[in-house]
Parts: sequence; structure tokens; C-alpha cells
Amino acid sequence: MSVINSVTCPICGCLCDDIEVTVVNNEVVKIKNGCAVCEAKYMGYKSEHRIRQPLIRKEGKLVPVSMDEAIHKAGEILANANYPILYGWSSTNCEAQRVGVELAEEVGGVLDNTAVVCHGPSLMGTQEVGIPTSTLGQIRHRAEVIIYWGCDPWSAHPRHLERYTSFTEGRFEDSEWMAYINKVKAAAGKKKLASARRVETPKKAHDTVAESVVFNKPPEILQKEGRKLIVIDVRKSMSAEVADYFIQVQPNKDYELMQAMRALVRDEELDVDEVAGVPVEYLQEVVDVLVNCKFGIIFFGMGLTQSAGKFRNVEVAISLVRDLNMRTKFLIMPMRGHFNVTGANIVFAWQSGYAFGIDFSLGYPRYNPGETTSMDVLLRGESDAALVIASDPGATFPKRAIQSLVKHPLIVIDPHMNATAMLGDVVFPSAFVGIEAEGTAYRMDNVPLPLKKVVEPPKGILSDEEILKRILEEVRIIKSQKLNQKTEDA
Amino acid sequence: MIEMLIKNGFVFDPLNGINGEKMDIAIRNGKIVESVNDHKAKKIDATGLTVMPGAVDIHTHIAGGEVNTGRMIRPEDHIKDVVRKTALTRSGTGYSIPSTFVTGYRYSKMGYTTVMNPSMAPLGAKHTHEELNDIPLVDKASYPLIGDWWFVLEYLQKGDLEGCARHVAWMMETTKGYAIKIVNPGGLESWGFGGNVHSIDDQVPNFGITPREIVCGLAKVNKMLNLPHSIHLHTNNLGIPGNYVTTLDTMKALESVATDGRPVCHITHLQFSSFAGDSWGNMRSAAEEISKYINNHNHMTFDMGQIIFTDTTTMTADGPFEYTLYQLSGHKWVNSDVETETSGGIIPMRYKRTSAVNATQWSIGLELALLVEDPWKMFMTTDHPNAGPFFKYPKIIAWLTSRKARMATLKKCHKKAQRKSLLPSIKRELSLYELAIVTRAGQAKALGLKEKGHLGVGADADVAIYNINPEKLDIALKYKTARRAFGNAAYTIKDGKVVVKDGEVVQHVDGKTIWLDVKTTEQIKVDEEMKRKFKQYWTVEYDNYPVFDHYVKVPEAITIKASV
Repeated sequence: MSVINSVTCPICGCLCDDIEVTVVNNEVVKIKNGCAVCEAKYMGYKSEHRIRQPLIRKEGKLVPVSMDEAIHKAGEILANANYPILYGWSSTNCEAQRVGVELAEEVGGVLDNTAVVCHGPSLMGTQEVGIPTSTLGQIRHRAEVIIYWGCDPWSAHPRHLERYTSFTEGRFEDSEWMAYINKVKAAAGKKKLASARRVETPKKAHDTVAESVVFNKPPEILQKEGRKLIVIDVRKSMSAEVADYFIQVQPNKDYELMQAMRALVRDEELDVDEVAGVPVEYLQEVVDVLVNCKFGIIFFGMGLTQSAGKFRNVEVAISLVRDLNMRTKFLIMPMRGHFNVTGANIVFAWQSGYAFGIDFSLGYPRYNPGETTSMDVLLRGESDAALVIASDPGATFPKRAIQSLVKHPLIVIDPHMNATAMLGDVVFPSAFVGIEAEGTAYRMDNVPLPLKKVVEPPKGILSDEEILKRILEEVRIIKSQKLNQKTEDA
Repeated sequence: MIEMLIKNGFVFDPLNGINGEKMDIAIRNGKIVESVNDHKAKKIDATGLTVMPGAVDIHTHIAGGEVNTGRMIRPEDHIKDVVRKTALTRSGTGYSIPSTFVTGYRYSKMGYTTVMNPSMAPLGAKHTHEELNDIPLVDKASYPLIGDWWFVLEYLQKGDLEGCARHVAWMMETTKGYAIKIVNPGGLESWGFGGNVHSIDDQVPNFGITPREIVCGLAKVNKMLNLPHSIHLHTNNLGIPGNYVTTLDTMKALESVATDGRPVCHITHLQFSSFAGDSWGNMRSAAEEISKYINNHNHMTFDMGQIIFTDTTTMTADGPFEYTLYQLSGHKWVNSDVETETSGGIIPMRYKRTSAVNATQWSIGLELALLVEDPWKMFMTTDHPNAGPFFKYPKIIAWLTSRKARMATLKKCHKKAQRKSLLPSIKRELSLYELAIVTRAGQAKALGLKEKGHLGVGADADVAIYNINPEKLDIALKYKTARRAFGNAAYTIKDGKVVVKDGEVVQHVDGKTIWLDVKTTEQIKVDEEMKRKFKQYWTVEYDNYPVFDHYVKVPEAITIKASV
């Protein structure tokens, strides 16, 4: 039995690196410090959905083949393709991502990662206005006002609050953990009292929590000392339940709300009484809190990037924070999802200049969202082959895009028989990065962290990096053979 | 055993006192040697060509988190400058923030063989090294930012220089760094809450220390650790009219630290710190005041930070200054503070001849270079990409060596700047010998890189050969020819291999990453107490913080014995 400390969890953008893993006979038996999702992955990676051998589709069915045969087939597909897509990359390590760039360049394909359906608009927003941001430790030490806009960390980044924001001890700000515990206790106490008195409790969801969280006037709690948590969303998420104040914004109206806030930050008066369903009077109080705090931060997610306006929403959110910097210190940060989606954008950018949606078909990198992004290439039916790795577009892409994807040869590299793998023509089983393969990943705030290998992968299963290197080598061999053939024929 | 003989070139090797002598350079196994077997060696005919040591760039932002964020937010910077893949080279993009492969190729094409990345946030050091690995054809190193590191601020505030020194040694080794980098000392920590410092005696909030104490303290620490380079300093009040006073104050403060005649501080991109006046309206050059001081003291070196008139990108650890630029320009603005360590900012910038301020800045860089008498104190840079992209260096070479070239540019500048400029009264033109000092010999010497910047026996075989015949070409007159020659090396030789020929890459080499393994007599105690403090300060585990060996593809560790 061995206990491995300081393990970096390979799930979400939190990239918690304090996980303690206990291994017995090459199997993970216990996890300490991880959230439920972390534990689920470490305890469940040896599921029945694991692919055991490389597969090739022959006469409609996926059949096991040797690694050499699969590599050769994959090499052929890519070497002969005119305009292949190489997509995914967000759940593997930077070492594999680097090979990906080289491969995409070699075959003149389109290199893209999951940001195209996630925080691509955030990257585009920063290309318009930049981004005032920092590493997560700055938030822990200094943040007085913490805003989660259009994201639900309590569900999607479970340890975010306890590691980086409201429930952490910073050098200059204390944790609000006790206040939260008391609030929960008070709510439970109230509920007990109410049922003891047998008072008719109206059957509304928000009655189970303290009043201040119900959408109404900004509570006094916002004027107190110490950290304050504000959640802005279209519905009362789990994170909203925990917040000091929840603002319910009308769906697809975040842009208007943010512009209204910008006007208020700049001491302008609004001619309306309500914006996006929020009374201006309350909005003014909130803005006053923001402007008078020592340090504020906005975290945002799909609520902004995938609702009407997309990258314009992000642009305005960043502009709001820029405006706030006229009055106080304010920053903003996207809640990146996959554990190494940030790494993919970073690696692509340093090697090519562009973060995603990169077209190498002309022999040099080109970037034009809408033209060179993989989703749009698929929707226009322009690609003629694809390699998908460390992602599952078969489950997340729109129907028309998937139809286009399966029309042509599809190579899949994944540990699991996921939706995409089920549609594949050549399928490679790979090792789980962060469990069975080591490497580097980048946290949502661009901090690089090492991923550990805690167990050996199943026999015959290679890492993503290894598989990609072999495919790249095969592509080069096939291409030079074709070239020799041409010169011989000539 | 690979032998090479560079025959019959005009050699400029200032560290060995060679000034245009016609001689052969012999190379064996990547090193300069006394002689080689004339029959067996690969011969390069350098007749009529200028032979210099490979160029050295002491300060260029080419790798790491900040540089890369710059790349990500400026697709418009790349679309105008694309680089195709070839059989030998990878594809990529420029312009002001080139992708990594392109950075290596373009430096090498100008005859550069060693480049120093001057700003590395320790928390992101792995990222910096990953990018350095992908910069081919040149040797490189990186300086960790520690001027506002909480450990440094606390130890200096306590007066515990030895404790500070031991932690700095630990940091140098942990980040695989090369020198102590200080940016706007005290200002970056203040910027954590949106503030800044405005003089070297301002108190840093929450830490009870002043910039003067930080700079002098670290200069002393640097000596205690016997580091090869002095502290590398970006001054307070950078970019603010009237800041030359702060620069003078800083240099004066360091006089007491200088005890053995060696420089104790290198001020980087000095142009930005040499403004007189008190507003943008009356801003003018303080090059006269600054150069006078430097001419009378021997404890400082500096690099120019020369403006190029073009669209470029500013990126520094000076978060508050970058915010100021945002307020001035309204342009897209990145701020990137790093917990416990430093801050940062990025903003695009276009330098125009028609802007009186930009034109004055342009003049300041050259005035400083030409008014400082000793070329061993002064080095050519643009603080790439802050004042301009590095592959415009040949323009600066022309301005330094040809009065005709700089007057031609001055004539196109804003009239106000023309009137204020000192350049019309400066006749000096650097010779090829002096040029070799300010682009290689002097830089290597200041860095303490004993095997770089010269062609003596034992040096690394890093050689640059240019299409300039000193007997036939007057570079002061024919500056355009000189510019072309310095932009496209006839040969660049790295570790004894020809990597560039006639301005084209012909071979791939990886280049080494140089770092300091600083050995103190007493190591800092890495105990549970230290690890607990670590957890309080940072959001990463102590075990995951260092740059592990596998992060550096081709390491060259230099062991340093500290005196503490």
C-alpha cells in the first residue's frame, strides 16, 4: 500500500493539487480531500466502459485489431485527407497537445479544442477588450466581494469556494465558512420551529433557506465587514442558495444588465425603473457595494458565453470590470471547465500564435472564428476526416455537426467507449491522464501544475502522447512514400 | 569529432581585444579551440566578411504566461505576419509577439545565439520553461521576479539579510532561474489593492518597507550569493514624466552597496526611466542628466529599451504602469497579478513619428547610448516587444553607427521632438568594435556568462558572420546595406554547427536552458513549518511548485557557491 500526497486532480478547472491517493496493488482504494466528482473519477476509472484494445470498423462493426494495424489505418486516413479536423484536447496533458499541433500542421488540418462550445466566446471577448485578472491566490488573499455570474460552482467546481474564494482564509480577508454554517443552521432551525407550530408553510422552494437569499431588496448583509458572495443567474442554482444575495436576471438579458451596471458605475442615471427584471433601485445599491469594496472579482461561465450575445456578453462583463477599476480594484475570471482546456489554448497559442480554431491548410496558422472553427467547418460539411481526442463531441455537438462528422473517416482516442467512440472508424484506447499517465495541465487561472501517475495503465494501453506520436510518424512515412511514388511515376 | 575552420574573416572580439584583425577561428566539438586539422575540418570562407561572437540579448520577453496571453489576445498582430512550414522549420506567426519557433528562427537569422527572458513569475515558471524549450537555435535563460515576493519583503523588513539570501537561493534553484529581477519594487504589491508607490521612500502598504530598502537589500543579497549577473531592475515611476529623479535616486542609493568596483545593478530599458518635465505636454529627455551620472560612476550597467516606430505590444510585470497606459489609450488591457509574487499587464501600443512624446522617447534611447562614454556599460535592446519587435534591431544598429541614418529618421519626426532632441549635436558613431560590445561582448560580460560573447579558446562556438567588409564598406554612409547585412547573417554558427546560411535556417539545434544551482552553506529548512507557511501563501502545494528537471529539455546548470 502506498499513500501519494499532493496529487493533482484531473477533472475540472480547479485543478486541486492537494489530493491524497491511497493505492493498493495498482488500484486506487481511497481518496482524501477530493470532492465527490474527484472521488468518482479516481474510484471509477476502471469501469466496464473502458476500451481494452484498438478497434477498426469493418463491415459496420468495430472489431479488435493490433496497434500497428490501427496506427497504419489512422495514418492513412490523415495522410490522404484534404481538410481533416483534429478536435478535443481538453482532457489530456500538454505533452499530448504539443504533438497535436505538430500533427495538425503536418496534415494541414483544423486544430480546435472544446472551447469552441464553451469559453471560446471568452477568448474572443478578451481579444476585443483584454482582461483584468489574476491568479486564484490573489482572490483568496484579497477578495471582499465575490460574484459568480452565469455559473454554478457549487455543482460544477465543487471546491472552488473552499479553496479559492468565500470559504478561504486569506492574508487580508477571513473565511465566511462559519457564517455559512450558521446560516444553514438558522434555516434548519426555522424549519423545525415552523413545523413544530404546525404553521402552514407555503410550498415554495426558497423557503427552506434564509430570507436574504430570496430575490428581493439587497440585504443588509452586503454592508457588513468581511467577504460577501453574490450570485447572478437565470434560476436559483445551488450556488445561489449559498449566496448572501442572489440576483435573478431574465434569460438572454445579461448584456442589458451589465451595461446598466456600467452606467451606474460611471455615475449616470438610468431612465428606466427596471433592467432585465431587476429593479434599478436595487441595482444601484449593489453597484454602491461594488464601488466601495476593497477588492472584487467576477467569475463567469456558460450563462454569459452561451446565451444571446455570446462573446459580446463577455466583452461587456470585462468592460464592466474595467470601469470598476476607475473606482477600486476589480478583476474577472472565466470558470474553465475541463481540467486542461486552458492548457490546450495555451499550448496552441505559444506554438502557432492562436488559441483555438486554427487552420493549417495553407501551410501556416490561420484563425477566423466562424470560418476556421471546427463546428463551423462541420456545419458547412467541408472536412473530409477527423481525429477526436480527450473530448466527446458525439454527445455534445449539434446533430448536423455530428452527421457531418460521421460522413467521413473518424479516428477516436479515448479511455472510454463514449458516444464519439461508438461512431468511430478507428478507435484507440488511451490511459487516463492524471491517474495512469503523468504530464502538465494548466489551471483556470493559467497556473501550470504537474499531474501524477499513481497507477499503471492496463496492459497494452498507451498514453495519448504516445499514440499521437506514432500516428504522426506513420503519417510522415506514408506521405514520403506517396512523394517517392509520384517522382517514380513522373 | 566535428571540426570547423572559419578562415580569413575580419574578427571583432572585444573581450579579447581583437579589433578587425584578419584571422582564423577554429572550432572543435562545439567549442573554440586554438587550432584544428586544416585538411579534415569543414571550412567556411569568411574572406571579406565580418566575424563576431554570436549576439547576446540581455532582456527580451519571449516566453511565459504574460507573453502568451499577449499572443492570445492579439490575433490581429499575427494575421499580418505569417510563417510557412518548411521541411526543416515549423510554421508560426509574428509580428510583435512571435510564436516560439518563429522567435528562435528570427533571432538566429540576425546572428543571435543567446537570449534572456527577463520576467518570470515563479508560480508560472514551468510555463516559461515549456516555452523556452520550444525556442530553437538559441541558448536561453530566465529571471524570476522576486522584488515584491512576500518572503523577500518580510525578511528585508526584519533586517534578516541572510535569511533573505537563503530564500532567494532556493527560489533561483526552484524556478531554474538566472538572475534577480526586480520590477517597480513595492509597486507591484501595492497594486494588489490597486495602489502604487511614487518614490523610493514610499511605504509599501501592509509590509512596512520602502523600495529603497528592497533594492539595496536585494543588491546586497546578490553579492552574498555571488550571482554572475547583478540585480536586474525596472525602476519605480517608469514611463512617468519627471521620473529621471527617481532613477537618479535609485542609482545613488546603490552607491553604498558597490564596494569592489563591479556593477551592482543593471537598469533595464533605461529610456523609459529617463523622462524630464512634469506632464506629457512638456515632457523632454533627461538623457544628459542620466548619462552624466553614469559616466561618473561605475556601479551600474543599463540597456536601451529603444523605440521603434511601429505597432507593437507592451507587456511588463509593472501592473500599475500598464493600467496607466490603458487610461491614456483606452486600448484592450490585460492585468495579470500573481499571488504572493508579482503583478503584470499587457497593452498594445503604436509608436508614431508624429507623436511628439513617442519621437522624444525614440531620441532618448539613442541619446543615452551615445552620451554614455563607456560602451561596456550600455547594451542594445528594445525590451522586446515593449519598445519594438526584436527583429527590428538592425534599424538600431544603423542609428547607432550612422549619424546619417538617425538624422534621416529624426527629420520625419514631430517638429517639437526635433527641436528638443540632442541628436543633432551628437556626432558620435559607434565603430564595429563598439557595436560588438553593445550587442554581444558587453552583454555577456554583464551577465557573467564566461563562455559567451567572445571567440577566445574555451568559448562556446557561437559565431555570427555578416556580409560586411570593413575595408570596403563605410557602414556610417551605407547604413541601409549595413542594416540588411545585420538582418540576414551570412552564417550563424551555434555550438559549432551552421544553423543559418544567407539568412535562412539550414539546421535545427535545440539550444540550452542555462540556470543557476546556488549552493548556500546552510540550506533553508524545508520542514513542516515552511510547508505550512507555503500553503498559507500560495494556492498550490509545496511539492508541486518547483520546476522539475524534466521541464527543461536541454539544461545547463551553473553551480554557484554562495557566501552565506
